[in-house]
Amino acid sequence: MNRRLFLQRITSFLLALGVPAGLLGAKRAAASAKHEKGSDKPWYGMTVDVDKCIGCARCMDACKTENDVPREPFYFRTWVERYIITRDNEVEIQSIGTLTNPASEAVTEKEILRSFFVPKLCNQCAHPPCVQVCPVGATFQTEDGVVLVDDERCIGCRYCIQACPYGARYLHPEKNVADKCTFCYHRISKGLLPACVEVCPTQTRVFGDTRSQASPLTRTRHMSKIHVLKPHLNTEPKVYYANLDGEVK
Amino acid sequence: MQLKDLFSKLPSKGTRPMDKMPIKLPDALLRLGVVVVALVAAIAIALALLPASLKDRKLQRAVAIERVQATTIMYAGASQCADCHETEVNTKKDGYHRNVSCETCHGPAKDHTENPVDIKPPAPRDRRFCPTCHAYNESRPKGFPQINPITHNPMKACITCHKPHDPKPPTVPGECTACHAGIERTKSVSPHALLECATCHTTPEQHKVTPRNIRPSKPSAREFCAQCHGKESKTEGPPKIDVATHGEKYLCWQCHYPHMPEVHHE
Repeated sequence: MNRRLFLQRITSFLLALGVPAGLLGAKRAAASAKHEKGSDKPWYGMTVDVDKCIGCARCMDACKTENDVPREPFYFRTWVERYIITRDNEVEIQSIGTLTNPASEAVTEKEILRSFFVPKLCNQCAHPPCVQVCPVGATFQTEDGVVLVDDERCIGCRYCIQACPYGARYLHPEKNVADKCTFCYHRISKGLLPACVEVCPTQTRVFGDTRSQASPLTRTRHMSKIHVLKPHLNTEPKVYYANLDGEVK
Repeated sequence: MQLKDLFSKLPSKGTRPMDKMPIKLPDALLRLGVVVVALVAAIAIALALLPASLKDRKLQRAVAIERVQATTIMYAGASQCADCHETEVNTKKDGYHRNVSCETCHGPAKDHTENPVDIKPPAPRDRRFCPTCHAYNESRPKGFPQINPITHNPMKACITCHKPHDPKPPTVPGECTACHAGIERTKSVSPHALLECATCHTTPEQHKVTPRNIRPSKPSAREFCAQCHGKESKTEGPPKIDVATHGEKYLCWQCHYPHMPEVHHE
């Protein structure tokens, strides 16, 4: 075999290998693109308007009632943080209780430059780190974009709790499995609103299908300046914050 | 069982089928073959015996989703309430609490919708309940109706004066404090304590209905403050400046906070 013959054969071999592989790849890419855009399945999301939150903790209370979250004040699927930025640019973050009045004044009114409440919950990331790290595949994303935990499969290793950049997960003390916000999946699949959205007295939280052409969610996302938490992590959260302060982490 | 025992049970040399084959495989390869076949068989049997729910990820997920969906619903949703409680819903629909769900105050009521006779959701009449939203808090959005629960009609239940399904708007200008308690508190200890809100602000009636969309006016010219603070002003007491040169292009309230002039920024 001379050099020319060798080159000819190796080229045709590589071509023969490459063409079907390329076709396969293109087909797969087309399939995933279909999943992202053209699907008629809903792709759920929520907006949170920080300017409207009064820190009444009705959402936290309703969430615990609806989802049977332990009452102790360190297990939450959703919670509200109170931010206080003082005149010397110190940022203080307080957690507020479910039934107590949030008026615990550690900083006097005069020292406050600005202050506000930020409701938080699982961001239902489009690219969820918790799903990536789960060693047994117990955490997964549904076709409508909600991240759920299969509590019969979860081994309670807490890896997902560590991996969540938003601190949205906790280990359920009785079931010993990871637990988190499901967007009230049992409610939304019956056409109801998530419990926190249902009880919010100021319409801080708006829930809906991000693919909908006309809905309260679409309108809020159209009319407000929207930001997500920790965008640099490329998790692509589907909880969108309106009027979010730069100090919120 | 040890491997050695396993091989000792194999047929002895001469009777093996391999010996009759034209190509004789080395013994080591043959033993390896037995192990491989055994392994493959074991895996195949295990796969056949395992229930589908342990093998099929799609099935696992579908089962998990069904389990999540089967969770008991506690909150019925506001539209359910309207079916029976027409009067309350009609009272509420034009009032300030129009966007507040029934279950925000009355609590989860799914049970009640299924058994309306025996299970009644509570109606909070306690004075401690309303301040959950309406107690003054610096972090609450500006203009949200807030009171100081300690000084605001002590001991009286909120519902003696306010109808929870249709809380009435305050009357202007005296009761600006109903929503702007923070400003009132600051102003009351400032040099501007004696000025009425209406001295500087005119408030359209609509502000009481849609407080965020229709806003009260603010002084739009420096001459307004100059009525008292200009150096030509005849008033006695207020500090005087030359409006023509002081502060360049800015309006007075763009630097000074009129509800607590100067003192606030020290």
